[in-house]
Amino acid sequence: MASTPIPTLSVVYPNRVCNQCGCVCDDIALTVEAGNITKADNACDMGQAWFLAKHSDPVDGALAWVKGQPVSLKAAIDTAAEILVQARYPLIFGLADLPCEAQRQAVGLADRVGACLDTTLSDEHGAFDTAFQEVGEVTCSLGEVKNRADLVIFWGTDPVTSHPRHGERFSLDAKGLFTPRGRADRFVVVVDVLETATAKQADVFLKIQKGCDFEALWALRAMVRGIPLRESIQKQTGIEDTALAGLSERMKSCRFGILFFGPGLCATRGRHKNAEAALLLVKDLNDYTRFYAKPMSGPGNVSGAENVVCWQTGYPPGVHFGQGFPRFNSGEFSAKEILGRGEADAAMMVAIDPKAPFSDAIKKRLAALPTVLLTSDAENLLTPGVGFRPTVSILTAPYTISGGGTVFRMDDTPLPLRPVRSSPRPNAKDVLAMIEKRIEELQTQKRVAMQNEKGPR
Amino acid sequence: MGLLKISQAIIHDPAQGINGSVGDLWIKDGVMCPPPTDLTVVPDRVLDARGLVAMAGGVDMHCHIAGPKVNLARKLRPEDKRAALPIRRTTLTRSGTVGSVPSTFATGYLYAGMGYTTAIDAAIPPLSARHAHQEFQDIPILDKGFLILLGNNHYALRQIAQGEAGRLKDFAAWILKASGAFGIKLVNPGGIENWKSGIRSMTDLDTTVAHFGCTARQIITSLAQTVMDLGLPHAAHIHCNNLGIPGNFATTLATMQALEGRRAHFTHIQFHSYGGHPDDQSLFCSETARLADYFNRNKNLTTDVGQVLFGETTSMTGDGPVGYYLSKITGRKWANSDTEMEAGCGIVPITYKEKSFVHALQWAIGLEWYLLVDDPWRIAMSTDHPNGASFLAYPEIIAQLMSKNYRDEILARVHPKVAEKSHLRELNREYTLNEIAIITRAAPARMLGLAHKGHLSPGADGDVVLYQPDHDRRRMFEFPRYVVKSGVVVVDNAEIRQTPAGQLFHVAPGHDHAALPDIRKWFDSFYTIGFDNYPVDESYFGHHSQMGCGGSLES
Repeated sequence: MASTPIPTLSVVYPNRVCNQCGCVCDDIALTVEAGNITKADNACDMGQAWFLAKHSDPVDGALAWVKGQPVSLKAAIDTAAEILVQARYPLIFGLADLPCEAQRQAVGLADRVGACLDTTLSDEHGAFDTAFQEVGEVTCSLGEVKNRADLVIFWGTDPVTSHPRHGERFSLDAKGLFTPRGRADRFVVVVDVLETATAKQADVFLKIQKGCDFEALWALRAMVRGIPLRESIQKQTGIEDTALAGLSERMKSCRFGILFFGPGLCATRGRHKNAEAALLLVKDLNDYTRFYAKPMSGPGNVSGAENVVCWQTGYPPGVHFGQGFPRFNSGEFSAKEILGRGEADAAMMVAIDPKAPFSDAIKKRLAALPTVLLTSDAENLLTPGVGFRPTVSILTAPYTISGGGTVFRMDDTPLPLRPVRSSPRPNAKDVLAMIEKRIEELQTQKRVAMQNEKGPR
Repeated sequence: MGLLKISQAIIHDPAQGINGSVGDLWIKDGVMCPPPTDLTVVPDRVLDARGLVAMAGGVDMHCHIAGPKVNLARKLRPEDKRAALPIRRTTLTRSGTVGSVPSTFATGYLYAGMGYTTAIDAAIPPLSARHAHQEFQDIPILDKGFLILLGNNHYALRQIAQGEAGRLKDFAAWILKASGAFGIKLVNPGGIENWKSGIRSMTDLDTTVAHFGCTARQIITSLAQTVMDLGLPHAAHIHCNNLGIPGNFATTLATMQALEGRRAHFTHIQFHSYGGHPDDQSLFCSETARLADYFNRNKNLTTDVGQVLFGETTSMTGDGPVGYYLSKITGRKWANSDTEMEAGCGIVPITYKEKSFVHALQWAIGLEWYLLVDDPWRIAMSTDHPNGASFLAYPEIIAQLMSKNYRDEILARVHPKVAEKSHLRELNREYTLNEIAIITRAAPARMLGLAHKGHLSPGADGDVVLYQPDHDRRRMFEFPRYVVKSGVVVVDNAEIRQTPAGQLFHVAPGHDHAALPDIRKWFDSFYTIGFDNYPVDESYFGHHSQMGCGGSLES
């Protein structure tokens, strides 16, 4: 292809999408000069840091490595396909930092090789899904909060730090149709183990003992129903009973309440039962008013992965294709458990966060397996999690700015990505499709060989 | 694709008045064509259809198969899938799960396997259109489209309250195009907005919508008129107020009357035909006869049934309050998901039981509708999948409609009060094969305004189903011998042979661009996504056909 000189004009691309947190702000104006993003207007500090980072390509110009040595993309794809075809129990995990289009491709690949498929190595997500499957959830899109909420509760979550524009766009200061005065139309409560940045902005902060969420939530359920507590639970929760009672009254008497809770809720003793308590409390409150629950989700396209896996298999992540059809059991078929038990004999990591702190046990397991890593993070390609070297590493394009596609916000609202610069790196979706195509060829060869072995009838 | 000949089939093509005569069918490049005049032409493939019944591909005009609500239901119900046989991966097909809410690939295979080639999802919030389109791309074989929810849309409510018919029309045109939708659906018009505002009382036609000031009646007439003014292929698709509530037939009748001759489609009418009183279950009874009598006399109206069958399924609806009340009645898990500015949603598992008076009466009321409507061209088969039952129940419904004896057997089994509270026992009508062809393909295609579907005339899509005649009608319609989609044999002897992508049907009526600044201002103030990020571009549509608007509506 003839190269055309790149004009050094600066071009502004409005309404671009950032997915550095679950807010997925779609009002970012990106300025691109000479192929580099030089400004990211409207983005928060987290977004700024990401957009203005280099996203540079490795100095040696390679895009793919096998055992640490640079190779052609085709060679890497061939090796990746071999690994997956030869495995008896391949594990494919990650997916969370991909557009939906690539996630769809990844689920198809897992189906073809009979892999176990999961999104992350954390199990809080699976625990929430378990709670959801037990009792359901009363929830809404974030615009409902903006337009209607007069009571906002943050439980074990600090969006001022983790989701910087959440307050401005949806929950604290946002002015909506029935909340024209913004913050003045809302009462904000924070329940947390520490006085967080969000707590400082709240009308009421309730400091709770670590690991006592279930007790407090269950007591609130009783209070909402008018059932008196037999004895004080202040010792356990650290919150005065009267403060909890006050909160329960406030919850019942609001017009539209929302309970945002953090993934940490499922990380302590009680696990999915804690989320279940939160979801049931919110359900109960709908006998009195409109009340909603919403877990806060992290960066990337976690909600997209949940949705894609679910529409293609019928189940949320934690799906095993090993018997030729999807089976689901969060906990049993979760990546962390499978690696922990040493069941997988190969692993493919698709758009995991390579900087994520892998536990030593997991690192040890992964180091001993044939592994394939697809990531857009050039810095952590060859030694992700600082500790093991993937057999195959492939560097993919930063999809938020280069690939295009769809991402889901934490409330399952889908948003479009539109490229602002080209990338010499391949899109993850195309790489996955090429690996699958190669696997198909290898599987056909294998079938033909087996038939020939049997000989003519 | 070339030339396919289907030889010597027993053809049931009611649109052409062909009722079981033997003949050949020809499909060239995916489209029905006349027999070649040149007798030396050799078809690329011949299907020997001697002794087989041929009909056009089935058309499901109202089902829930994609989008946020359907997907939430999938996630909610792992237990529902374990009770069903899974779909196994083959070299050609993807694996999947079934239960009451099948996964996407499974949905395509199962519909095709049953001889259905077109399905319209009935309830997508426009904000989630981008999601629905992606699921559609993972549902193979079927041609698809969806209706968008507008009966509680804030911008629409505001225009209706202010009597801005022009602005309403422009907005409707804009949002249809922006979402890549096929038509307009009203769900509990005004009632969901009231529910979201915390109002618990029932919504009747003259109930005012809080904060907006218009009534349900105004929403219904304005949107029905808008659909006609835009010349959309399909009439306003109405899910009436007070679904499932005893005594709701009065609301349904009033809604029919309120239309004053405007075209409208009344969906899952079974759920809206109840007599009695909300507070006294003993009074619960069928009012189908009264509604069907009005319906028969007013040709502007069409309907689909929303048949209930016994067993386990999942209730899912854009009618948020229905989800709440069902969860109170059943005590089962409840998922609710409200969409800003646009819609509600409720999901609750439900088990319809033969021995439950209410459930058995719902079953009887559905059948009464099929049997009391004189003109089969105005009634379509539906279960409101999966609300009354899965779409997989269609062959069972056919068996019940074609045999009075079979109905009586079931009636003898179910709650004894049903026989006295409905007219089912007195209804001797039995559907003919031609009438089945009408209510399962010809009529729904015509009601949807899909001129190339539901019949086998030259120019129609080459979707043909060949059934092995069988006195067991259920078996006959469950397992067609061949299913041809756009000239491709997709099912042969209950096996999927090819999995072409289906196409999307959508509309894009014109609008006055001067209307946009006001819509943009509304978005900027109250939505949480940007106006420019709202429209879904054609890259999401896959293979698609834009349907004409404003043309002749009835063929």
